[in-house]
Parts: sequence; structure tokens; C-alpha cells
Amino acid sequence: MSTSFWIRFLGNPRVLLGLIWLGLVVIGALAAPLIAPVDPFAITGKPFVRPMDGFLFGTDSLGRSVWAGLVHGARTTLLIAVIATLVAVAFGGMLGALSGFYGGLVDNLLMRITEFFQTIPSFIFAILLVAVLSPSATSVVVAIATVSWPPIARIVRAEVMSLRSREFIQAAVTLGERDFVILFRQILPNALSPLIVTGSLLVATAILTESALSFLGLGAPNFMSWGFMIGAGRSFLRDAWWLVAIPGIAILLTVLSINLVGEGLNDALNPRLRTP
Amino acid sequence: MTGSKHPASAATLADPVLEIRDLSVALPAWADRPLAVKSVSLTVGRGETLCVVGESGSGKSVMARSILRLLPEPHLRIAGGQILLDGEDLARADDRRMRQIRGGEISMVFQEPMVSLNPLMTVGRQIDEILEVHTNWSKAERRRRVIATFEDVRLPEPERIVGAYPHELSGGQRQRVMIAMSLVLEPKLIIADEPTTALDVTTEAQVLTLLKELQTKHGTALLFITHNFGVVAEIADRVAVMRYGELVEYGPAAEVLEHPQHPYTRALIDAVPSLVPRKHPKPDATAPSESILMVRALEKTYGRAASGPNWLARVLPGLGRGRRSAVKAVNRVDLEIRRGSAVALVGESGSGKSTLARCLIGLEQADAGSAMIAGDEIVGLSRSDWRPLRSRVQMVFQDPFASLNPRTKVGDIIARGAILQGVNPETAMDQARTLLGLVGLDARAAERYPHEFSGGQRQRIGIARALAVKPEILIADEPVSALDVSVQKQVLDLLDDLRRQFGLTMLFITHDLRVAAHVCEEIVVLKNGTIVERGMTADIFANPQHDYTRTLLASVPGRNWQRRGHPEAPAPLGQ
Repeated sequence: MSTSFWIRFLGNPRVLLGLIWLGLVVIGALAAPLIAPVDPFAITGKPFVRPMDGFLFGTDSLGRSVWAGLVHGARTTLLIAVIATLVAVAFGGMLGALSGFYGGLVDNLLMRITEFFQTIPSFIFAILLVAVLSPSATSVVVAIATVSWPPIARIVRAEVMSLRSREFIQAAVTLGERDFVILFRQILPNALSPLIVTGSLLVATAILTESALSFLGLGAPNFMSWGFMIGAGRSFLRDAWWLVAIPGIAILLTVLSINLVGEGLNDALNPRLRTP
Repeated sequence: MTGSKHPASAATLADPVLEIRDLSVALPAWADRPLAVKSVSLTVGRGETLCVVGESGSGKSVMARSILRLLPEPHLRIAGGQILLDGEDLARADDRRMRQIRGGEISMVFQEPMVSLNPLMTVGRQIDEILEVHTNWSKAERRRRVIATFEDVRLPEPERIVGAYPHELSGGQRQRVMIAMSLVLEPKLIIADEPTTALDVTTEAQVLTLLKELQTKHGTALLFITHNFGVVAEIADRVAVMRYGELVEYGPAAEVLEHPQHPYTRALIDAVPSLVPRKHPKPDATAPSESILMVRALEKTYGRAASGPNWLARVLPGLGRGRRSAVKAVNRVDLEIRRGSAVALVGESGSGKSTLARCLIGLEQADAGSAMIAGDEIVGLSRSDWRPLRSRVQMVFQDPFASLNPRTKVGDIIARGAILQGVNPETAMDQARTLLGLVGLDARAAERYPHEFSGGQRQRIGIARALAVKPEILIADEPVSALDVSVQKQVLDLLDDLRRQFGLTMLFITHDLRVAAHVCEEIVVLKNGTIVERGMTADIFANPQHDYTRTLLASVPGRNWQRRGHPEAPAPLGQ
């Protein structure tokens, strides 16, 4: 990455805002045992204590600290979202690259499979997968990755197809370079920027999916998460608004920040496509 | 400024239509220079043609666009000076007035006719729209005018073409439509920005003749932007040469072409390859060299030949045009190239010259026939069977900006081929440095990335890459057509030098007869996938046998200008 990239990227105020919030969330998640040294499931006080009344963010219906839930929940949510995205990018990227590079029959076959996954409503598919695999951290990751790889495959395929016809790839062919070397050393490094942008935006979607699954009680059991907190607090919305509002705002800000950073990445990587 | 010294004759033009005084156009802060156009003063007289010549980045297009205020403001803006159209300053006119002027009093013809036309509208309607905006004529009147203009630019069957979409027309027809569009309101001035650069030579010659004729007929002034001195010699009354945004020379065409004052103009004119065919190399005393490349009845077809129309088109004949029928890009071509010779494969776009080259280097699989490289058959070889032959034949590509991987260091790009042939990486890198020296670059270039080099330098890197595997045959696919004129000749001379030095056999693909004459002793003329004529360059230039070859020769812009003093250059038609 060149200096001009960093200037364009960090010089964007929206990116800075997003990065600051994301930094706070990541620090909170990493330092959770230090700044909230209690088990988020442990009862630490009276139920329904209001925020700032002994507890920073109050307590829930069983007397668990909302602050502890928030920082430990950030761990679960971020971890699951990032791992699921990495799996989706690796799998979708591989499929898209093969499809775009070989074309013809391979492309036809792989793209029909991709379409098959795209035709199923993704959230319902995720619920189904978790239900079938029985709720656990692994099955949530598998479910999110399974529903989010098709767009990645599409993007990588399109990028590889356009790069494949470029003259420097033809030059590599005439030098006698092997297919896999061409694909991994010549094509994929040049296809990286759209992949990074889509991947970063996919993290936001993964957070939303994970939260929605946890809200429905299909999240990883024994792991505190933001979606679970909202799900548990929703029946007390009128008496204890903070049980829903605080994790809700955390989700909102995190997803928004990721989108801002992702768009900033896009603007910085493709300066010519920037909309003023 | 140098421009102020000589153009005394030009500045005092009797009847100027357009007068540009001290025009400066500012570039945004991050650009490499503050001004794209630096206090340029020009005049265009009624009914005359002023050619503005310059290389890419000289500011000639920006200057032309600023006249119509088509600059991408606020990034580029007029920083000072006046643009006087019959005394009215366009640099200060308001938007409403500018809309009247655009198309009405000044019109513009762009380089690429396909992108300048709306693909979803018939061409007739696109011209009709201009009339609708600028006049209050009735529909029938407008239609009559559109058809009359189409007749004027000599489009065949104007009644039919009015209803045609841009994709249904050929490149030359599209550019005629663009010219019709610029003429329809009888403007005082037409600005043409490289209008023939995207066209084939024969079409280019027709469009230039047409422009000249129309100008005489309507008395329109023409501001013609080009980088090609051949075109200048063909149409210009006066010439302005620009470099780095400044006017370096300005004067009557004959004077500038014959006695260029500024060294830059002289360099540009010298850089135009002459049409003088090169002499045969001294007949080799050693032995009649054996043939290294033998092509027999080679065929390559694109599209679907066998399947025919699909079931729906068969059931409902007449509905839908169906799939385009198969095109024989290479049609039973026979070719023999002897070791050490340089052969130019000349033809216009669609003649199959690139397809033939791609078949010979294994980027395309020929459908039938045979091709032997030094005795080994290559038609029908799989990718892995090709691999051992890769060191025999290499290619230099057309576009120096697309042919180098932007994320790989130059040294690695060049060394890669040798490494694949089994040379150890250290040695290969040393060879790469030596090769960089041979192609006229610093050995330290090996540590840098392609984007740090100019187009000409990149093409040198591409040549070094091709030479790294020590090939016997070098195929060059239009290696200079994407380069600036002043660099073209250097790259051609480099190729010629290297060819002698390494005893290479060269197959040179080009559409430009000048380029072919400059580097090759033999010429093969291709048309629609078949060879129509072949022979020694000198013989073909002196006495072309086939009609098509004659047309090609007669279409080279500026051939009469260069012919003076070179009796062996080809005579134009009819002399």
C-alpha cells in the first residue's frame, strides 16, 4: 500500500470516525476480562438497577451487569463475524477464481451452484442450518459463512475474467507459466482491492446475522452476545429500556462504522470511482 | 515565449473567426504542472484549417475543450485570457449563451465515434434532437435537413441510415454521422479532436477528403487536433505545435513542414518513419537461410459455424436476427518465413493479422491446417506440450500499460521467463539487468515497479521480457501504435538493432505501412483473413499488384509530403 493510499484513506473524516469507534470496540473486546472482571452470566446485583446507579449501564432482569455483557458480547460477536467472513472470503474467492479463470464448463457448473445458494432466502437458510447443526459457536460460523460466500464468488469471478484477458496475463502464458502460478501470483494480487472492500462490508452483515440468530436464541450457548442481550431484554422494554437500547446502539454504531470504513477503503483503492 | 517570434503572418490574419488570446488553463493542485495550457494565442480564419499538433499531455485537447468550456470544472478551469468568437468573449459568456454556441456556432467531433453516440437512439433522432433544441422547424423540415446532411457526408442510403442504431454502422459511417451532426447547423467553426485516430487507414483517408470537401463547400473553419504529421500535411493550412501546454511553433503549414524552426518540431517531423522502403540486407554469402516458420492452410473461425439458428429462430423465421454467423478470421493462410528475416504482416482491423499471430504463439488454437516452428508442429498442441517450445517464439504486446503486471518488480518480470526455462534465479536476475542495459534502460530499473516508467520505457521492458528466454522468433503485435510519435521511432530502431544483434526472425504486425517499411524487408498484406499480396517491401511499394494494396498505399496520410526527395517512395494513385 502506497503512502498516497494512506493519505486518501485516513484523510477521510468518515473513515476516522469509523476507525475510532471500531478501535474502542476491539479494545473493549480484547480487554474484557480486565475492564469487566466478572462472568457476564453471574448475578452481581439487584435486578433492574438503572444505568449510572452503581452499575455503569445498570443490570438486567436477573441482576447481571449490562456493562460486562456488552464487553464480553463484543468478543463473541466480533470473533464470530470475522471468522465467518474469512471463511466466506476464502471459499467464495476460491470458487470465483476457478470459475473466472477456466470459464466454460467449470464456470457454468460452479456458477449454477452459486445461484442455488443465492436463491434461498439467506436468513431463513441460516436459521435452518443452525437448527439442523444444533446451536453452537461453530454452527453459527458455518451458517453465516454458508449464506455469505456467493456475492464474493461473483465479484472475484468478474474480476478474474477481466484480468485474464489483459496482456500481462497473456505474456505470462507465452512464457510458459503454469495456470496456478498465473492465478495466484499474477491475477489474485491484482483482484485484491474489490475483495478487501466487499470483505470488510461483509463483516457488518455477519454481525447483523449473528445478532439476529442470538436474538432468536439460536446463538452460541454460554457465550454472551449483543443479540442475546436484546432478546433477553425485549420483554422488559417498557420498564427497563436500557436492556435493549444499549446493545442495540452498540450494534448500530459498529455496523455503521464498518460501512464507513469499507466505503472509505473503496474510495481510497479506486480513487477514480469516488463520488464527491 | 518562443511562439511570439515567428508567427507574424499568422497573428495578422485578415478575417478571424476565432481568436484566442493568452489563454491559460489551470490544473488542480495535485497535478505535475500548474497550467495545462500556458498563455496560448491562436487565430482561426474563416474557411481555413488550423492543425494543432502535440503529443499526449501537451495540452492540445484541453485547449480545444476550453473553447467550448467543456472542461471538468472546477478541477480544470480557465485561469486567464480571452476566447473571442467573432469578437464575443466565450471565456466570460454565461451558461445559457454557451448552450446556444455549442452545436450552433461551434461544434465538436470527438475521437471515438462509438462512445460519442448514444447506443439506445437512432442516429437520425440524435441529429434531429440538435435541430429541435436550436431551431423551431417542423418535424418534416427537420427530417429533410437530416437526410440532406447525411447525403452531404455521403452516407449510403440516407433514408435507411436515419433509422439505424450506432452499432449497425461501421466505424467510418459512425464518424460520418458525427461529422453530419457537427455540420447540421452550419456552424462557423468545427473543432475536431483526433477524429481519425480510431479509424483504419483507408477510412481515415476518406474522412479527411470528406472534411476538406465539406469545408470548401460550406466555408467552415476547422480546428483540427492531431498527433500525426502525415494528417497535418494532408489537410492543414496553418499549424500550431504544442508542448507542455505552450505553443512552440506556429505558422503556415508549408513553412512549418519544410523549415521547422523549433528543435521540438524538427524532432517530431524527423520521428515520422519515412515511406521509403528499406533496402534488402546484403545477400547473405553463407547460405540461403532455411525456413524457420512454415504455415500451411491455417484456419481459425470465430462464432458458431455448425449450429446455425436456434430452434426459435427456425420456428419463427424473420423474427430476430439470431446469432452472428461464423467469421473466418484466418482463412487458409500459407506463409513461409526464413531464419533471420523481418516480415511485416499488414492489414486493417478485422483482417485477421492479430489472430494469426496469436495462433502462432499458442494463445489461440487454430482449427485446421499446420504451422511448424523450426520443424515442430504447433497446431493442436496442449498447453503443457507447448511449454518446451516457449523459448523459441516470444511476443511483444501492443499496450505497454496493460502488458506489465503492476504489482511485480521490473526485474522479476524480465527474469521470470528464464527461470521457467530452468535458469537459476540469481543468473536470471543478472541477465535481466544486462537486458535492461541492452534496451537502453538503467540496470537499477530492475528494482522498480512498472508504473514508474513512461509508455516508451515500458515497451522497452516488454521487449527485454521477450528476449530473456532467447527466442528465435519474435512476434511484435503493433508494438508502437500505443506510443507517442517521438518515441515510436526509437522503439522501432531498438527492435531493428536487437534483431540484428541476436539474429532474430521477426514477424511484425502493424496497420501502418510507414512502420512496416521502416523495419521490415518483406511485407505480407492480409485482408479478411486471406493473404492478398506478399513480397519484398521495395517491390510492393514500387509496383503493388493487388487493388487493396494500392488502396492501402494511397491512403497513407501525407504520402506526397514525404515523397519529395525520395523518388523510390510509392507514387500516389493515378500518377
